[in-house]
Order: sequence, then C-alpha cells, then structure tokens
Amino acid sequence: MAFLLRKQWALYSVTPLYKFSYANMKEYSRHLSAFVAAEKQKGLAMVVGIDLSIKVIFSTLLGLKGTDRDQAAILVQIASKTQTISGKEEEKVVWSGWFCCVFGDELLENVPEDFICLPLFLANGAETYTAIIGTWFQKTFDCCFSRLTISPLNLAWMAAMWTGYKVDSHAVATELIFSVPCIPQRLDISYAIHPEDAQALWDTVQNTQGEVTQEEVDLFMDCLYSHFHRHFKIHLSATRLVKVSTSIASVHSDGNLKILQSKYLIGVLMLLTELAILQIQ
Amino acid sequence: MTESRTKLGVEKGCVNQLVGTDEDLQRQLAQTILKEKKDFKISIHLATSLPLPAERDHIRPRIDLIVFMINVQSKYGFKNIEASLAHVDANFFLGKVCFLVTGVGRVNHCSVDMSAVRKLGDVYCSPLVFCELELEGIRISTAQRLLRMLQICAGHVPGVSALFFSSLMRSSNDE
Repeated sequence: MAFLLRKQWALYSVTPLYKFSYANMKEYSRHLSAFVAAEKQKGLAMVVGIDLSIKVIFSTLLGLKGTDRDQAAILVQIASKTQTISGKEEEKVVWSGWFCCVFGDELLENVPEDFICLPLFLANGAETYTAIIGTWFQKTFDCCFSRLTISPLNLAWMAAMWTGYKVDSHAVATELIFSVPCIPQRLDISYAIHPEDAQALWDTVQNTQGEVTQEEVDLFMDCLYSHFHRHFKIHLSATRLVKVSTSIASVHSDGNLKILQSKYLIGVLMLLTELAILQIQ
Repeated sequence: MTESRTKLGVEKGCVNQLVGTDEDLQRQLAQTILKEKKDFKISIHLATSLPLPAERDHIRPRIDLIVFMINVQSKYGFKNIEASLAHVDANFFLGKVCFLVTGVGRVNHCSVDMSAVRKLGDVYCSPLVFCELELEGIRISTAQRLLRMLQICAGHVPGVSALFFSSLMRSSNDE
C-alpha cells in the first residue's frame, strides 16, 4: 500500500463497467499490452530511451473497500523494459492507475446484474498513457471516464474532516489556498494554520464523535475566515477555495490528490467515492 | 442608478431595488431591464447591502420589488444578503421580495450550499429564480420576468396581487 502514498494522483469518476470479470485479468493484461504497443507505434507515445517492450499488469488491491458489498479494487500498471547504459535490462513501472469503491452503497443499490461498480479512478503517470488506458476501458467495458472536479464546498468538508483525524507524528500545517478573481492576473492566497491550532479549533466545533454536519464545517471555516480578516482585512469568504493540504492528504479542486498517511486512507477514499458517485448520477 | 421623472401621483411608476455584492452583474442586469420595451416608467436602485443610508429616506420613493442577487460562488455575498434581510420590513415578504440565484452553472465554483439557499427562500416565503446573468440571452429573459413581477408588485396588473403571484411561483418551485 505504500506505493499509493506521496504520489500525485489525477482523479476521475467512472461509470459501472459492463461484463468485467476478475477471472479474466490475465487476458485483459495481454489485450491491453497489445493495444498500448499499437497506440505507441502510431506515434502517440513520448518515452525517452530505448523501449524493448511495454507490459500491462492487472492486479487486485486488497483492503481498499468499505463494506463487503464494495467490489475489490483493481490496479493497472504499465511497466516498460528499458536498457540501461551498461546493457542491463530494467523493468520500471511508468504508469499506475487504480479503480476502487469505498462505501459505495448508494450506487450499488440500483445496479443491474452484469455491471461492476468502481466509480473512483486514480491515475499517476503520463497523460498520454492515461488517455490510452481510458480509451481501451471505454471500448471494452462500455464505461465513461470524466475528470473528478471538487467544489469549494466539498474542499471545505475535506479540510474540516481531515483536520479532525488525529496524527501521531509528522503533523504538517493545514494549508488552504484561495483563488481571487483579479484582473489582469489571478491572485492566489495561501493560508497556513498550525496543525495543533487547527485540531483544537475543530475539536471545539465538533459535537458528536464520528458525525460531521454542514453547520460544523461552516463554523470551522467561518472561524478561520474571521481570524484571517482580523489580521489582514481580507474576506476569504469572497474568494474561491481551490486547494486543501493537511497531514493526511492534499487535494486540488481540479481533481489532483496526494495521500500522505495510510492510516486514514479509507476515510479519504470514502469521501472521494461519494463525490465520484454524485458526479456520475 | 437611473431615475425616471415622476409627477406626484399622476404617472404610473414602478421602483425596483436590486441588492447584491456583485456590482458589475447588478449594473448589467439593471441596464438590460431598462432596455426592455415597456409602457410604464421604471426606476432601478442598486445597493450592495441593506439598510439603505438613512439620509435619503425622505426623498426615496416607495419600493415595489426587492431583488436579492445571490451568487453561490461567494459565501461572503450570501452572508451579506442574510444580514441585509434582517433590515427589510416584514410587509415586503408578502410577495415583494425575490431571490435571484446565479453561479449555479459552474459546479466547481460553488461555495454556498444549495440547501441553505432553498432554506432562505422557504424561511422568507419568497421565490427563487435561477439564472446565469453572464449570457445575454438569459439576462434578457430574466429581465423580462423581473419586469413582469415588478408590474404585478406595483399593482399595475388588475386581478393579480403580489401575494397571489408569489404563492403561484413558490408552489411551482416545490414540485
């Protein structure tokens, strides 16, 4: 699971996959390898160095589900064999993508028989590879990928919830980045809060353990805004929240995620699965 | 702010008050409303918040319709409107207040929870009109709707009162 951490993941929402079978993963690997090789020959690829072969590996990721009703997560990796200067063959993973569904009960309720629901897709690596893999999946399983974008409202939820998670070590400042629509050039404001202060604030705001309400999130953000206003006379509530960074994870409204701690991975994926499902519906 | 010349009690005039923090959009909407063809005099007042300055109270004409412009992309604007609502006389909420909600189109930029906006409409018994004012076509049709509402609120449409009309609008929103 460590390879999921500290990498930049592009987020997508995916509609249910038609007739995907976990038993056929070896076959899918072969198919997709051939497809990627063919696409590369069309001149779409950009890898530097001498490529001996491209291999696609399908595997399942255990432990990345919320309930037993969630489907098992699937990992797809593109490994490329390159020749080093000394003439040795080296296999390196150049692209990774994984599908998962964490607490996706809402979506699973109305799904017909032959569909597998893995609404959240995360990709790391070259965009061109992501496009090739996406095209193959769309053709083979009749699904649809779209970039998962996150509204300021949902980013505020993440800021509040992730601040609430207790971190033992490596506590990083909670950082919020706001975009101010300015002419001619856009202005970005970065607001960093000491992790202990942020946690203390959230602890005073939150009432019931394990339950978070919109009012609590609003109150948390309002406290941060009024503190900022008191010092800088700027109303952050008139700007747009675009990025949230905490000790747990950092996420950008364009749909880019970096997970920093594995301890609360399920919680992070649960929120993102919910957003992906909302986007699909 | 544009004023029409009204002789005391002789000419038919309507007064519209727009309240909202996005001043550019306010001005654009006001201009669009004024460009529309109509057979009655109209005057539009713009404000970023209420209460209106007390110094001009004695020369201010009776206001027929208050339109609060809520931009869901700005939490600050929304809070501003919530605070302004407290300064509105209760009689206005009998059909002479309307909420214009913009910015819903860009889902990524929503900083205000939609349920909070709907709740505002419910609590203050006033209709919500959703529109995107940057596009000229929609701005024009919104202007036409507001003009019609203004006519009714000023009592210029026989048989239709402001209260009756607002209850019509609200029941269709709920469906």
